[in-house]
Amino acid sequence: MVKAYGRGLWQGLRVTWRNLTRRSVTAHYPDVEPDLPPRSRGVIALQEENCTSCMLCARECPSWCITIDSHKEVIPAATDGGRDRSQNVLDRFDIDYSICMYCSICIEVCPFDALHWSPEFAYAEGDLKDLTHDMNRLRTWMDTVPPPQALDPGAEQGKELDAYERTRATEEGL
Amino acid sequence: MSEALDVLLRCLVVLGAFLTMPLLVGQMEHKAMAHMQARVGPMAAGGFHGWAQLVADGVKFAQKESITPAAADRRVFELAPAVALVPYLVAMVAIPLGPFFGQGVLIGQDLDLGLFFVLAAMSVGVLGTLMGGLGSGNKYSYLGGMRVAAQLMSYELPMVLAAASAAMLAGTLSLVGIADAFEPWWLVVQLPGLVVFFVAGLAELQRPPFDAPLADAELVMGPLTEYGGMRFAMFLLAEYAGIVVLAALTTVLFLGGWAGPWAEQLGWAWTLLKIVGVSFLVIWARVAYPRLREDQVNVLAWKVLVPLALAQVTLTTVVVVW
Repeated sequence: MVKAYGRGLWQGLRVTWRNLTRRSVTAHYPDVEPDLPPRSRGVIALQEENCTSCMLCARECPSWCITIDSHKEVIPAATDGGRDRSQNVLDRFDIDYSICMYCSICIEVCPFDALHWSPEFAYAEGDLKDLTHDMNRLRTWMDTVPPPQALDPGAEQGKELDAYERTRATEEGL
Repeated sequence: MSEALDVLLRCLVVLGAFLTMPLLVGQMEHKAMAHMQARVGPMAAGGFHGWAQLVADGVKFAQKESITPAAADRRVFELAPAVALVPYLVAMVAIPLGPFFGQGVLIGQDLDLGLFFVLAAMSVGVLGTLMGGLGSGNKYSYLGGMRVAAQLMSYELPMVLAAASAAMLAGTLSLVGIADAFEPWWLVVQLPGLVVFFVAGLAELQRPPFDAPLADAELVMGPLTEYGGMRFAMFLLAEYAGIVVLAALTTVLFLGGWAGPWAEQLGWAWTLLKIVGVSFLVIWARVAYPRLREDQVNVLAWKVLVPLALAQVTLTTVVVVW
């Protein structure tokens, strides 16, 4: 193949000209809020009612940034002669965002969907200590969690939904 | 009395052009370069698309302390920014902008040796960077200074040869005369000269892709390493004033200056338009091309530009004699 002299020079001009004549891709962040997709790793929100204090998240966390305290409460038996049930109640659920590395392991590992990603990212603080979000603050992040992404067209729906529909079908069949 | 007033007025106009045009080119560089890289550039200063960014930069530079290193050659170091900047002001005096609404040619002072004068002034401007490099008492600056010297030696020759070709074709060294004598077919005959002059001018200004003497990644800005505050700002201003002077010279020598429709009335606007166009090319070259290595810089000068310029001079000689 013949080596074309000046081809690189021409390409440099062409690429830059093309960029010049097209709209730039810059996000104008402080003026325009970014449009982040669901499950963006901004901040972790806690759905307190779902939490059973099973400690899986705290134990799996690679940077040990989750602190959980809980106590047991007894729920009296609903029927006569029945057995009392016990339930774990959270006293404390802290996430220290000064050491969190946003790996998402706690959220993957939670068996009861108590933890969720929220795309909110603007929670810088003047003091390092204020980066520890307590239970109440984590609960408020729940309001910012967007609904999950829609399924791709033709994709299988979740196994949970399959199971739910199967049970309903059998119950209605009876 | 009225003559003194005339001189004063011309000086003021030249000074005004000297203080505003480099800033306009600088702002154009901010925005054009940004968009060429798919960015938007400064957006905040001044409100509308960051038009006041360079004003803000100037204020910042004025607030900073000018430090002279202990190891520096004090007087050389402190004089260098002025030596870099003032020659371009001097050069602008002799560059014509063209007919101004039938009032004659707008120019600081029409010199018979205008071309010679402007080229000489431009070379002095480079000495400022050289002084900065050798006077800083810093090894990086010294290396940068040596590179400046090598570059100055290499590119002065093709630049002068290309300019000489334009002067030969016009039969005069006066810049007004050269631009007046312009005919459109010169664009074709002088094309190699135009390219050589433009490229050599870029190298003379140490503009990318010929910024090996500055080379911020390897020589940390070379001769400018030790400068800060207003002195550094003066070097920056000198760079952009140099772009304006180079663009104006290219326009007058090779692009016909004020040649265009209604030149008698709007000649100055044509010249300004062409200057802006050439300045845009200078900026474009900076964005499009990576820096040349030091040996490539010299190879380009001696093996490409000098022969090309000599061929151009020969061609011009043939055209003139014939």
